[in-house]
Amino acid sequence: MSSMKSSVTPLESVNEFVIKFANVNGTGSASANNLFAKALFRMGLPVSPKNIFPSNIQGLPTWYEVRVSEKGYLGRRGGVDIMLSVNPQSMPQDIQEVEAGGYFIYDNTKPLDLRLIRNDVNIIGIPLTRICNEQYQDPRQRQLFKNVIYVGALAALLDMDFKALTELVADQFKGKEKLITPNIHALELGHQYASENLKCPLGIRVRSADEVGDKVLLDGNTALGLGAIYGGASVAAWYPITPSTSVVDAFEKYAKRLRIDAGTGRTNFAIVQAEDELAAIGMVIGASWNGARAFTATSGPGVSLMAEFLGLAYFAEIPTVLFDVQRAGPSTGMPTRTQQSDILAAAYASHGDTKQVLLFPSTPRECFDFGALSFDLAERLQTPIILMTDLDLGMNDNMSEPLEWDDSRRYDRGKVLSAEQLDALDDFGRYLDVDGDAICYRTIPGTHPDKGVFFTRGTSRDEYAVYTEKGEEYEKNMLRLLRKWDTIKEHVPKPEVTESAQETDSAVIYFGTSEESSREALDYLAQDGVHLNAMRVRAFPFNDEVKAFIEKHREVFVIEQNRDAQLRTLLMAEFEFGPDKLKSVLCFDGNPISARNIRKQIKKHLGGNVLPLHKTVAASAGESA
Amino acid sequence: MSYQIPSFRHPDLPVNDLGYTRADYEGSISTLCAGCGHDSISGSIVKAVHELSIAPHHIAKLSGIGCSSKAPTYFLGKSHGFNSVHGRMPSVVTGAAMANRDLLYLGVSGDGDTASIGMGQFAHAVRRNLNMVYIVMNNGCYGLTKGQDSATADEGSASKKGDPNPFSAIDLPGMALQLGATFVARSFSGDKEQLVPLIKAAISHHGFALIDVISPCVTFNNNPASTKSYEFVREHSEATGTVDFVPMKEEITTRYHAGSPHEVTMHDGSVIHLNKVDENLDPFDRGSAMMTLQRHRDAGQILTGLIYMDRDSRDLHDVLETSQRPLNTLGESDLCPGNKVLQTINASLR
Ligand SMILES: Cc1ncc(C[n+]2csc(CCOP(=O)(O)OP(=O)(O)O)c2C)c(N)n1
Ligand code: SF4
Ligand SMILES: [Mg+2]
Repeated sequence: MSSMKSSVTPLESVNEFVIKFANVNGTGSASANNLFAKALFRMGLPVSPKNIFPSNIQGLPTWYEVRVSEKGYLGRRGGVDIMLSVNPQSMPQDIQEVEAGGYFIYDNTKPLDLRLIRNDVNIIGIPLTRICNEQYQDPRQRQLFKNVIYVGALAALLDMDFKALTELVADQFKGKEKLITPNIHALELGHQYASENLKCPLGIRVRSADEVGDKVLLDGNTALGLGAIYGGASVAAWYPITPSTSVVDAFEKYAKRLRIDAGTGRTNFAIVQAEDELAAIGMVIGASWNGARAFTATSGPGVSLMAEFLGLAYFAEIPTVLFDVQRAGPSTGMPTRTQQSDILAAAYASHGDTKQVLLFPSTPRECFDFGALSFDLAERLQTPIILMTDLDLGMNDNMSEPLEWDDSRRYDRGKVLSAEQLDALDDFGRYLDVDGDAICYRTIPGTHPDKGVFFTRGTSRDEYAVYTEKGEEYEKNMLRLLRKWDTIKEHVPKPEVTESAQETDSAVIYFGTSEESSREALDYLAQDGVHLNAMRVRAFPFNDEVKAFIEKHREVFVIEQNRDAQLRTLLMAEFEFGPDKLKSVLCFDGNPISARNIRKQIKKHLGGNVLPLHKTVAASAGESA
Repeated sequence: MSYQIPSFRHPDLPVNDLGYTRADYEGSISTLCAGCGHDSISGSIVKAVHELSIAPHHIAKLSGIGCSSKAPTYFLGKSHGFNSVHGRMPSVVTGAAMANRDLLYLGVSGDGDTASIGMGQFAHAVRRNLNMVYIVMNNGCYGLTKGQDSATADEGSASKKGDPNPFSAIDLPGMALQLGATFVARSFSGDKEQLVPLIKAAISHHGFALIDVISPCVTFNNNPASTKSYEFVREHSEATGTVDFVPMKEEITTRYHAGSPHEVTMHDGSVIHLNKVDENLDPFDRGSAMMTLQRHRDAGQILTGLIYMDRDSRDLHDVLETSQRPLNTLGESDLCPGNKVLQTINASLR
């Protein structure tokens, strides 16, 4: 027995906790950790696993944090209840992160450095290396199965359904049956060791529940790739960059399955790995100009490189779809850490007077829906659509509503004239506002032998696309683009409002991946006696509802994951609200924002107005961020 | 304005097989300087396309930025055009070509547009063997920004206002050959006889066809100290030979001797007849082409004509095995797998 005496009562909880794994990257821990999270999901428990990994291929510390919450909180809570540390490099830091009364599980093949010991934490040793050395000869097997063994031990410590684990192993290695038995054996080794040598289960444990329904576990990037498949994209151009790479990977994987012409075996898609992001967006613009649905995916550094082209697409009114999976800036920044810090760069991307349409999904389901919608919007509105997600949503498995597609849905190809329509037309002007909505009719090259041809360029042209540098033509065009901006407001997704249980004149606004932690923080605050209405903004330009919501409240906290309060800046710029009205709640350390952090910052803003913490809440929602 | 379109058209102007007169291939009145080489190239493009009887709406003309990149406004007025951003035309063509493999893509660029800001995109379009004609209107300077040296200015060459250029010049045909280009030619804006058949052959070529056309800038770089002046080019050019282009239809009737070493059947069935002057050049051998080019360069000569051609060229669509139907014609039934498939994907995520 290696459990040590703790000076505080061990944490107790069923189905509500945070567990974090501290590993070395490149050792195969990801799939074992994944196995652990998915098994809980199969037990009917909402889980939210997050990879916290370095920009490195092998040898550096990496973490995997799993939020388990029967109540359905999927954001980061803050704090760690159980730390499973198999990385001596990060142990000193790891043990400090554990909540008082929490559990620190480590490989005790080598004794723990006495200086690390905290007497307010339950320290549990499992001789992982020793077990592996006894069982396996091959060094690679020793390394890989160590991870599986600790998952087996956790199954005993947390009282997990062991069958959920073994069935999952069988599913995951379908087609590679030889691997099933050794993996199950490793799980059993861990389980057996823990059952025989440790006090099982811990104060923190799990129990099968029924809180998952028909939900799925998937990452936002895969959902986006599928959104592009279902949305009808046939051309993808990209340049590899974390955390967006897996968007095109997913598109390619599914396209190779679902987009092969049955008769000829040829592809109904083209993917070009471009030489850089300038070329990637240029290819998307060329393909869209030529009437195909096309997209690219990138992250902040790529958005910077694409800026010139995004301006051209804005002025020349070419449908353009860009998925921006945000990360902490700059290029030599923290490429594997999450942020929502490209908002302003994207909203006003390019030189000249430009405004770009942004979409803010916050779940994989919304990545899929908005991903597909982007193509309809781009063609309907004839402008770039920049879908903004982030590393947290893009690369982590998120519990999500299942994906749905309405088979009666038709693509909205927007105002594109066919040869017949051109025949019936006397007067074609590419930039003529015929319908009064400031969106003009376009033609695709090759449509008609002698009608509908025009020359595409930025702004030095009149409504008939004929070259001119006349100031009044430029101005007329710019004012039409501004009217088009108003039309766009009616087409982009509307915000989602959640009224608080009690009447209040204060509110929060959040978007994207801040949603889950914000929801949880609002629950804590309500228990504190602070009631706030909430709005999740889902697009830029902001619809009228956003303005009305802010106007209605005395004070609005804008929650976002960047330093400069970029969404707040955008709200102030578009609506002219004063700084007194909009207060910032920010997180920009590269980790997903936590519920505790949000609660703490809002309470700080409210100063003395906050009621003291409710007792039961204090236990589940401490002060640390 | 040097390229005046007559306001009165003779009723019996010669028409091509499609019934189009040459005027149907012309563009707006040029606003380039009188005597600018670029206008002559526009004229050659018009002549070549007219004679090949290509329907104007089956052509897309794209360019970057510069005087040269303005040129597409002055030819093929019945074709869709795209004046993109500086140096980035190749990527726009790549996307366009992926979307619709059936159009003819005519890219027009300058030496600044291609050899400096657009070097990366040019190189990669070559590598991918994009099926397009890429014409560089090469004047050794930045015309539109008033005559600065470009990267193709020869070492020691001086523009009207400038000092002799101290830097080594980029030779686009040489570079393209090294990068794997499948059709490489050079010509001179003032030599229509050579340029028109080269454009025709480039159009027939299945893959990336580069024509580097020396095109003097009369305003900034046509002075005696410049190696891109009319006079210098006339005196220092040496042609690989002459090229006669015979479109597929005529070839059937004219019946040249098949198998003659100087006859090349193109991808589309057209034939070009090469009358080689330089016996050392084998234009179907990359190494020979590179050596011949370098030899002329060392001798201070400008090698013009067809320099290299790969008759078995596979373009990007061949490599990607994309559908023969243009991707931009596909609809929901080809593109959207439907909800049933989606539900099986959901099942795999539980
Ligand atoms: C990003 C960017 N940088 C600079 C310019 C300014 N610029 C316009 S044309 C040009 C040079 C064009 O030279 P070239 O391609 O040789 O064309 P030419 O005018 O000589 O035909 C430059 C630098 C620009 N339009 N865009
Ligand atoms: S400046 Fe030079 S390149 Fe430009 S139009 Fe005049 S002559 Fe031609
Ligand atoms: Mg030039």
